[in-house]
Amino acid sequence: MATASAATILTSDREHATRRDPTPPKGWRIPSRWQDVLFEKTTLFFALLVLALLAAIIGSLLWGAIPALQAFGLKFFISNVWNPVTHQFGALAPIFGTLVTSAIALAIGIPVSFGIALFLTEMCPPMLKRPLGTAVELLAAIPSIIYGMWGLFVFAPFFADTIEPVLGRTLGKLWVIGSLFQGAPNGIGMLAAGFILSIMVIPFIASVMRDVFDIVPAILKESAYGLGCTTWEVVWNVVLPYTKVGVIGGIMLGLGRALGETMAVTFVIGNAYKISPSLFEAGNSIASALANEFNEASDPVHLSSLITLGLVLFILTFIVLACSRLLLARLARGEGRQT
Amino acid sequence: MAETNRLYRRRIWLNRWNLAMSLATMAFGMFFLFWILWVLFARGFAAVSPALVTQMTPPPGSDGGLANAIFGSVAMVAVATFISTPIGILAGIYLAEFGKKALVATLVRFINDILLSAPSIVIGLFIYTVVVARTQHFSGWAGSFALALLAIPVVVRTTENMLRLVPNSLREAAVAMGAPMWKVILMVTLKAVRAGVITGVLLAVARISGETAPLLFTALNNQFWSSDMNAPMANLPVVIFQFAMSPFEEWQRLAWAGALVITLAVLVLNIVARVFFRESAPK
Repeated sequence: MATASAATILTSDREHATRRDPTPPKGWRIPSRWQDVLFEKTTLFFALLVLALLAAIIGSLLWGAIPALQAFGLKFFISNVWNPVTHQFGALAPIFGTLVTSAIALAIGIPVSFGIALFLTEMCPPMLKRPLGTAVELLAAIPSIIYGMWGLFVFAPFFADTIEPVLGRTLGKLWVIGSLFQGAPNGIGMLAAGFILSIMVIPFIASVMRDVFDIVPAILKESAYGLGCTTWEVVWNVVLPYTKVGVIGGIMLGLGRALGETMAVTFVIGNAYKISPSLFEAGNSIASALANEFNEASDPVHLSSLITLGLVLFILTFIVLACSRLLLARLARGEGRQT
Repeated sequence: MAETNRLYRRRIWLNRWNLAMSLATMAFGMFFLFWILWVLFARGFAAVSPALVTQMTPPPGSDGGLANAIFGSVAMVAVATFISTPIGILAGIYLAEFGKKALVATLVRFINDILLSAPSIVIGLFIYTVVVARTQHFSGWAGSFALALLAIPVVVRTTENMLRLVPNSLREAAVAMGAPMWKVILMVTLKAVRAGVITGVLLAVARISGETAPLLFTALNNQFWSSDMNAPMANLPVVIFQFAMSPFEEWQRLAWAGALVITLAVLVLNIVARVFFRESAPK
């Protein structure tokens, strides 16, 4: 049996080589056996399943969004009313909350992540490099509901007692930006949610930054040190410009995470549909609105409005994450080139 | 001379200041890691008792345990793992062994990377519209499907990355011995990176065990013991969410105990995955 099959393979190979294609087959693939073809098609099917999944997610959300869009039209996206009793729904407040909390998260997260990546790549003793790197990654392994509980029971009271009054007394007195830091310091609100989000996105941004800082050719850094640059000047003038694209990619990845984070935000944002200039006030993000209301919604227009919110969130994160991947891929392509 | 000295001093001090700041940010990160873990351990261990694994979730205002929630979580994560592992590995094989630089493979890789970080609450919403809304009831199956969808991208990614590490000479050797392609892939290359693939599955399990958002609208919750996957099913994350948000002290205590259980499980899985990978990595 074995000899027979071996003989067939040989003949088929010879035929392949002489009749169909004069050049030898490329690489090591011989896709002539039916089992191999079947296997390849099976794996292809499952790979295509991933694409189908994306199409199905977008399709089902679009389908679910139809009733709300029919009822409110494009006004849905600019209206600030959210009233289940009168069946009036507008998405502006949750969209505003999502963007503001993510912006706060990035404003704190970017410098901190940069500092951590700088520490891990340039300053850290080699012995501590791995444990500290793992510890930062552990921040990402803690489930988000734990951040939420810690935020609600421990951080919010502390935030209300110590940090918010100080912010109100100092930054709150300033011209224009002062209005951001006024109001009752109760610890629950946009600022607390954004702050907790920032701790959650730090591990993602920091580990991308650390990885791209590590690919900077040693010879570039050594040349700069050789010219007498300080560590900071090397990082700021050599490492950062070289890895610019990857750093932005990492930031976008963190932004994608921040936009869609649900549980941690739900606990501390306060669940109020309002747009207020003060960051101390309660608000709502798209994800927290979904987590709080979806199971209570019985009216079809209410359900559909929530699904439309989900669609908005998915499209937002999709765009941000796509940009992030494209930027990181661009950096990876340039990696092998001489510069 | 004095001019250069001033410039020199400024550069030195700027360097020191910024490196000190860098050290401070590292301390900032570690401070929050340890604060969160400390609070979790202190409050969690205070609430742990044998009743945790023997009694059901209690009605408001009385003591009880989390037995049904722990069972529900384990069951749903197990089903999700069984669904996502074969799909993820096969898709990963396609990307690494067949697709390579083809347009389809590039596209699948790109979409997979996006789904890897897609908001989990949207996945829950998706399963709600295609499963729960159709069947008209919440169920353990729906919860498992939502978790499986979150695990697939992780498994695809690690499988592909691992297979790419296999040197081509290994494949060539197997092909030269007359092995068909499917045998080469399943019995030679995949076997060579078994440890890496198992690590990927463990990381996927770690990721989905802590997920709350996708279960809110799919598995919902159940106050009683239920092993019926076709009915609403208790699970740790949703119970924690519900109990932590409640005003009852007994419930809040149980929520901390549950949070401790879930975090320990996730951290142990992460550490096991790392150690396992390091121990059995090809040397």
